[in-house]
Amino acid sequence: MANIEQLEKIASQVRRDIVRMVHLATCGHPGGSLGCADLLTALYFEVMEHQSDFNMSGEGEDMFFLSNGHISPVWYSVLARSGYFNVDELATFRKLNSRLQGHPATHEHLPGIRVASGSLGQGISVAIGVALSKKMNGDDKLVYCLTGDGELQEGQIWEAVMFANHHKVDNLITIVDWNGRQIDGDVEDVMALGDLPLKWKAFGWEVMTMDGNNMTSVVNTLAEAKKKSGQGKPIVILMKTEMGFGVDFMMGTHKWHGVAPNAEQTAEALKQLEESLGDFAV
Amino acid sequence: MKLDQIVSSGKKATRDGFGDGLYEVAKNNPKVVALCADLLGSLKMQKFIAEFPERFYQIGIAEANMMGIAAGLAIGGKIPYTGTFANFSTGRVYDQIRQSIAYSGKNVKICASHAGLSLGEDGATHQILEDIGLMKMLPGFTVINPCDYNQTKAATIALADHEGPVYLRFGRPSWPIFSPENEKFEIGKAWLMCEGTDVSIISTGHLTWKTVEAAKQLAEEGISCELINIHTIKPLDEEAILASVAKTGCVVSAEEHQMHGGLGDSIAQLLARKNPVPMEYVAVNDSFGESGTPNELLEKYGLDTPDVIKAVRNVLKRKEAKVD
Repeated sequence: MANIEQLEKIASQVRRDIVRMVHLATCGHPGGSLGCADLLTALYFEVMEHQSDFNMSGEGEDMFFLSNGHISPVWYSVLARSGYFNVDELATFRKLNSRLQGHPATHEHLPGIRVASGSLGQGISVAIGVALSKKMNGDDKLVYCLTGDGELQEGQIWEAVMFANHHKVDNLITIVDWNGRQIDGDVEDVMALGDLPLKWKAFGWEVMTMDGNNMTSVVNTLAEAKKKSGQGKPIVILMKTEMGFGVDFMMGTHKWHGVAPNAEQTAEALKQLEESLGDFAV
Repeated sequence: MKLDQIVSSGKKATRDGFGDGLYEVAKNNPKVVALCADLLGSLKMQKFIAEFPERFYQIGIAEANMMGIAAGLAIGGKIPYTGTFANFSTGRVYDQIRQSIAYSGKNVKICASHAGLSLGEDGATHQILEDIGLMKMLPGFTVINPCDYNQTKAATIALADHEGPVYLRFGRPSWPIFSPENEKFEIGKAWLMCEGTDVSIISTGHLTWKTVEAAKQLAEEGISCELINIHTIKPLDEEAILASVAKTGCVVSAEEHQMHGGLGDSIAQLLARKNPVPMEYVAVNDSFGESGTPNELLEKYGLDTPDVIKAVRNVLKRKEAKVD
């Protein structure tokens, strides 16, 4: 049984890490990172069976892929907090010679990263390839992939979505960060996605929804999704989140998609987020 | 080998070499899997699919997805061979290859048929002449363009033992077979086809046969050509090229590709750094192709045997002028 309170505490620390990393780097993407902190915390600390002793092939493990690579701060924080590398390395985010590149990369061999992402629309395809190799290898573990909602404007996404249904890739759980915002504004205004649940259904996927900023909803829905795996259909969870969740002045707007808080704003943000595991050293 | 020993033992398409090589390598290596974007007949993948259906993925007309899936299969320890036309294997999916395969260091083999003008009647939309340039610019990518059926088959087999991303380029038309059969393919190693003293003719792909024809005609006039086949454009066998040039003092490059960005450019860059000598290109001069038969197109766009001969005469004149 998940300890929701404990997970919430970890998520709060992850949010502190995000704010501090982006502030230190003076650039980065805090909005989507904050919105997805609950999901990634639940995945790495509760849902996925994985080893922090990193192995590229991930054989016998559940695996996670971040397609919307710009929210790297949340992933780096969760990877560090779950033991893939030392948390103090978070202070090197976006700096020269760091393993924590602006967008996730394998080139510097950061444990936990299996493919580069940043140019959008590619993650589901890669996750499908991994899921297929798991099937071939008789490995019954699952593959998770997170994409943004604005990212669904990329054509390759729908190539992958069509393929996963046709080839019954039922060991893949895709999560869409349905926060309704992208760099230039609201998704609805920039390029509306139409009836999103119906679109995925029409492509043959098992469609679920959840409140991505409610830990109970996240944990329960992911458990439910896991039960639905292996039944011939790929699974998508349309995850409602609030961009900037946890920091009041970053919510309700797309403006914090890719802007770093200054010292004053950082202090104000950190007041709202409990330091539960100890901040990384600078 | 002597020039007169380089003869055609028959004709087959290089893409047949790929299909047969894929089948052979899959028999010995269970990690080999194949993907195709709705062109399995054109890529000659039927034999592989019949024998190993569980290791084949039909992707449909979705090349971007194919490159991503291949990267994922490589993460899972497989050795994926992707198959589609060269145009759709490169330019169409350049960003997917760049991010998910090249930058991510994935062990994916991008196998590309119908490259160049010799695709023929389909016309310029499909006749990619820029792909060598595109692919050789990607850090860490190996780029291979075999010259005939035997070499393509051997290269396809060799790729499985090479860790890292590779672009393998071949073509559509039936073409003379003249390279040794069942020869072990060494990535990055030039094939010194025959020794000569007056000029180094360095070629890749289909045009290698044209250089053989040209050298034979030139031999009748007493011009001695050293023929070098470069199947691996990257990494380039610099040692072989420099050794030849040190002897002959001039170079003709020949390829079914744009002059910009192809094998000739790689050679010129090497010579500029190490041993500048007169050099002429046999390549397409900043132009798209058009519909026509392969031979009509090679003739019209300056990639035929007389063009190699003309380039040799020009470069010899320049060499002599330099000596004087």
